[in-house]
Amino acid sequence: MRKNPLFFLFLIILVAVTAAFFVYPKNFGAKFMPWRLGLDLIGGSHLVYKVDLSQVAGGDRDSVLNGLRDVIERRVNLFGVSEPQVYLAQSAGESNLVVELAGIKDVSQAIQQIGATPLLDFREVEQNGSSTDFIQTNLTGRYITGAQLTFDTQTQAPQVSISFNNDGAAIFEQMTAKNVGKPLAIFLDGSLIEMPTVQEKISGGNAVISGKFTVDSAKTLVERFNAGALPAPITLISQQTVSPTLGADSLKKGIVAGIIGTLLVMAFMLFYYRMFGVFAALALLIYIFLTLGAFKIIPITLSLAGLAGFILTIGMAVDANILIFERIKEELKKGLSKTTAIEEGFRRAWPSIRDSNTSTIITAVILYYFTSGFVKGFALTLLIGVLVSLFSAITTTRLLLRVLVKDKNSEIK
Amino acid sequence: MLNIIGRKSVFLVISAIFVGAAIIAVVLFGFRQGIDFAGGTLWQFSIASNTPSVDVLQGFFKSNLEASDAMVTYDAASGSFMARLPSVSEPDHQKLSNLLKTSYPSFEEAGFQSIGPSVGNELRKNAIIAMILVIIGISLYVAFAFRKVFQPVSSWAYGFITLLTLFHDVVIPAGLLALLGHYAKIEIDSNFMVALLVVMGFSVHDTIVVFDRIRENLLLDRGRTAFAELVNKSINQTMARSINTSFTLILVLLALYFTGPASLHYFVLTLLVGVTTGIYSSIFVASPLLVLWHGRKK
Repeated sequence: MRKNPLFFLFLIILVAVTAAFFVYPKNFGAKFMPWRLGLDLIGGSHLVYKVDLSQVAGGDRDSVLNGLRDVIERRVNLFGVSEPQVYLAQSAGESNLVVELAGIKDVSQAIQQIGATPLLDFREVEQNGSSTDFIQTNLTGRYITGAQLTFDTQTQAPQVSISFNNDGAAIFEQMTAKNVGKPLAIFLDGSLIEMPTVQEKISGGNAVISGKFTVDSAKTLVERFNAGALPAPITLISQQTVSPTLGADSLKKGIVAGIIGTLLVMAFMLFYYRMFGVFAALALLIYIFLTLGAFKIIPITLSLAGLAGFILTIGMAVDANILIFERIKEELKKGLSKTTAIEEGFRRAWPSIRDSNTSTIITAVILYYFTSGFVKGFALTLLIGVLVSLFSAITTTRLLLRVLVKDKNSEIK
Repeated sequence: MLNIIGRKSVFLVISAIFVGAAIIAVVLFGFRQGIDFAGGTLWQFSIASNTPSVDVLQGFFKSNLEASDAMVTYDAASGSFMARLPSVSEPDHQKLSNLLKTSYPSFEEAGFQSIGPSVGNELRKNAIIAMILVIIGISLYVAFAFRKVFQPVSSWAYGFITLLTLFHDVVIPAGLLALLGHYAKIEIDSNFMVALLVVMGFSVHDTIVVFDRIRENLLLDRGRTAFAELVNKSINQTMARSINTSFTLILVLLALYFTGPASLHYFVLTLLVGVTTGIYSSIFVASPLLVLWHGRKK
């Protein structure tokens, strides 16, 4: 880099300009990997449910939790929310289910629908020519005592074995007797999930569903049976809802504050450091585009806290430049030539830059691991911002100075 | 050249008074915990026409929830009410919403946050652990970064003094919040904890700049000048950059406070107080403490 600063400077500027187009939310920037905004910026709801696993045996817990997650996710998908998130989280030794609905219109309705425990039922199938009718029976999931993944003894093909309680066994016996050779439909929350054919009348309440299962699809069905059969009750313990208007307002204000803050910092640098200030302002712009580009590419979901974190790093990004410039001023006072003063300035300011940024990195990393939700986003943007600003301090400013500052008596090298 | 070290007793006493007052405030008043830590509900809404007074709404919540600590405030800038209530279940949320809508048809919900106490406990515990870890982590790092500086003060001294300075920079905003919590009903939430952590991470920046200069001067000087004089010179040499680096952050914070979203106001305010305390501590507390430490060993 020492030999050809102009080339590398040009490279960095090119990347920054590309990043600028990439992050600007219009045209190219909007279609290719659009910005992912947090709930507090586009509006939406963040719900945390506690899962009551007291009725579930230890070994089945993971199965029930996964099954529960799947069922809730399918329900949530019906809300028409783009990219809903449903995931499990551990908190204080308890299992929680988190649902994030960005841009949801009616939160209370969503909460009602999520809260209803999953429903499994069996229906008889009647095929009239090309149309298929499903006739409801009274065999529902509450009669199922459990489901298991088994393998056919001869073919090793995966199968699902279910067991009914006594009442269920009786109903099941009747149903199978009536429908030998015909398919029976299994519905979960009103959607058809399997339609196996009845081979023979089944009594005793144990049945094996075989068909074209893969191990994974069989396992999924087992989990769903177990979730439908043992609905682990869920209770809403935490809710954070932000209306889209408030979210959009926060976003707009945040961006405005960011721009004003940037302009203030640039003005200060120009006023106090004159020529050096110009370099700092340029480096700051490059920093902003590179960091925003990094946010978008990773990609991180930008929340209000994350935006605040980024704006903070803008205030910190010039610090390295300040340290370097003050140092260069000192070296110039000693009588060194401009180019030597620059190199010395960088070399001697580097320990301070490295140490002070490391302390912020330590803070950001600890913050990241010990927080959740929105605050985590802040820690992440802070961390990425500091890392990019470290890079920017070592490379961008140095390249700018090397390229644009020449000694009074030297020729263009 | 300013004689800071010469007057160090003055500055240290001022700091000690502030820290003492802050600790008294915290012990006396404690903190008002926000919903993040104690659980509860924060409800933001607007009623554009036929707007009721804050007292009417407060009375409404108090009677409907049978809670004596319901509180409603009004933010003129955004034209919205903020109701701070004990934990409200979702069915109650709907019930109250409907009641409000019938009385005030222009009722519009802007945000609703309800957090159960168990979630709050977890958050609070994590916040405290995070703070302790950050203080220890940074102090250890400083001791490590200055490991090659044995004379005349050991590298551990740098780390320990950093720890004291961090404590100073955290206790004063905390005391302020305890005071505000008691008199102005302002609460601490996880944002406040985050602000404190950022303050810690950042206040160390200026301290490091000064310590770094002291280290360099020690190397160049090789024991010719008295330690106190050398430290004083170092402070003067680095004062401009110490102040400027914090100043740029303050500029950004001011922009955030005056033009940014209202929900960040207290967060930004905490940061402003913390950064200001941070500059003060780097120049007037950290280095004097270092000289004091050195003096005691004689």
